[in-house]
Amino acid sequence: MGGAAHAAQEVPQGVQELAEVVSARPVGAYTHLVLRAPEAARRARPGQFVACGTGDSGMLLRRSLSLHAADPEAGTLEVVVAAAGPGTRLLAAKRPGDVVSTTAPLGRPFPLPAEVGRPGAPAVVIGGGYGAAPLPWLARELVATGSRVVGIVGAAGADRLLGTSAVDEATALDGPDGPADALVVTTDDGSLGAPGRVTDALPEVLLELSELSDLGDPWVYACGPMPMLRSVQTTTREVLGQRAQTWLAVEESMACGVGVCMTCVLPVVAVDDDGARRTRMLRACTAGPVFDGDALRWDAIGAAEHLRGGALVPDDAVGAPVATGSTGGH
Amino acid sequence: MTIASVTTEDASATAVDLSTSIGSLHLPAPTMTASGCAAAGAELAPYLDLSELGAVVTKSVMRAARSGRATPRMAETPSGMLNSIGLQGPGVESFAAHDLPVLAAAGARVVASIAGGDPEEFGELAARLARESAVGALEVNISCPNVADRGLVFACDPGASRAVLEAVSEAVRASGRPDLPVLAKLSPDVTDLVAVARACTDGGATGLTAINTTLGMVVDPVTLRPQLAGVTGGTSGPAIRPIAVRCVWQLTAAKRAGVLPDVPVVGAGGVASGADALQLIAVGACAVQVGTATFADPSAPARVARELGAELARRGATRLADVVGIAHEPGRGLR
Repeated sequence: MGGAAHAAQEVPQGVQELAEVVSARPVGAYTHLVLRAPEAARRARPGQFVACGTGDSGMLLRRSLSLHAADPEAGTLEVVVAAAGPGTRLLAAKRPGDVVSTTAPLGRPFPLPAEVGRPGAPAVVIGGGYGAAPLPWLARELVATGSRVVGIVGAAGADRLLGTSAVDEATALDGPDGPADALVVTTDDGSLGAPGRVTDALPEVLLELSELSDLGDPWVYACGPMPMLRSVQTTTREVLGQRAQTWLAVEESMACGVGVCMTCVLPVVAVDDDGARRTRMLRACTAGPVFDGDALRWDAIGAAEHLRGGALVPDDAVGAPVATGSTGGH
Repeated sequence: MTIASVTTEDASATAVDLSTSIGSLHLPAPTMTASGCAAAGAELAPYLDLSELGAVVTKSVMRAARSGRATPRMAETPSGMLNSIGLQGPGVESFAAHDLPVLAAAGARVVASIAGGDPEEFGELAARLARESAVGALEVNISCPNVADRGLVFACDPGASRAVLEAVSEAVRASGRPDLPVLAKLSPDVTDLVAVARACTDGGATGLTAINTTLGMVVDPVTLRPQLAGVTGGTSGPAIRPIAVRCVWQLTAAKRAGVLPDVPVVGAGGVASGADALQLIAVGACAVQVGTATFADPSAPARVARELGAELARRGATRLADVVGIAHEPGRGLR
């Protein structure tokens, strides 16, 4: 089912624009930017991202940011920027009137239950830190097609939370305009909400939603750090077995965002035309960033001890290097 | 006659003839995508017109499918980046069946880049792709590891480079298309670039591309270990443009001195603007490739051509040919 939903999507094409910053304001530890990019705003769907130039000629590579919202009438895109490195620091410091070079919308959006003939399936949307950015938009679309939506957002501490009205209403899943029917907040340090991780709160939410059995099996969406995504997948399978569809939005370092540099790959299983399941290193920017949680090779992701992030190539991947062979070349 | 002064007027770029040739391959514009920076072209279609580019140089293809390396595969560097992709690709049969038809349908001219672990593989790939009418030229990626020699790249050894080009040119001669241009893509990480270039032309290369990336490394500031899974990677981007300009200068000087045959030289390395392209052309390149700049701007291969036209128009040049190699000839003016 996962593959069919993914393949059935029509994926909008990206467009380049020079986007004027309409507004920039702090949200907890992050910066909420509104950018005027009318053509991208017309095309964008939740789960997609925008590749932004830093504006610094010495920092060539674009920074890819998950879209928080798109407003076709206003002609704007919204992002929530975490200043994690030199490029995102520049973006987080943009002010109204600055111009940001954008390529958007990129990547495949979150599939919706309605797209595979299951409108109204209950949904859990889970965000870790600034990973929560696309969730309010996703939740609005889910609600519009009849789904009950429960949100879970978590972070190391209160200042790194996103998506809760306790931190900021405009970007929240809950609150007076929030689309979620309920929201659970967790923090590792207990500074807000329940102490612990999103996956501590997840089993109860899954069981509650699955007991609304007339609405079908829940759809579980998550966006956040890779270890969190893995934990969401494991927990969901532990609690509900195969009775849930998981969609995980990964964050891979990207040089181009449009599918030509081959640096954002991760090991993913897909069913080929001959019916065989094979693993390949797929681009997060074109095959993703949203993936069926069952399709990711968790045995290889994050498995390299001394590398930050990244993934090994599983030995059984198509074209994997033979043990003693050379894997070199650029 | 002196070079026309550079004016600030934006003279019509359409008046400039930007066409160029690499042997039997005629290009309406002198810009191509660089191998490894455009996949098989389709991904750039939303951002530019593939049929208006001089050519699309495709990601190096090998006999069999290759997964490529573990990640991280890239690191940003000052005005550039490192990459260590590991020649990920679907293999030549899949390339011919799926990627070439898309390019042909888009009206693109195709330079197929080939890579192998030994000369035999290169020869096989050349024979296979010479049968594809959509392929307008071959580019031989000799910056890949020679399995028979401790994994050192062919391009660092004249003898190994020559053996690869011999296998390729023999396959081309035996094919139905003996005029298929064969470009050898040179690595700058050598002591004597002209010696390697000469070995390639002796082996049958009918053109040269200079340059591929230069080997570099980044230490992850958090772990204090190599940031790339492959430890080292190819450095690219504007930071290496001066190396590219120097290499094309050296190759052209060698041609002018009769040390190298008079084969076309395609310039590559850090081209991000028409002005950059003009530098490479001035030192002898008849065409340029745009690679890493595409990551920052997916329309770059098309934009560079437009900007180059404007650069030439401002100088009163009417043809690209007017400026190719002009840096070597102080007395030569623009006609």
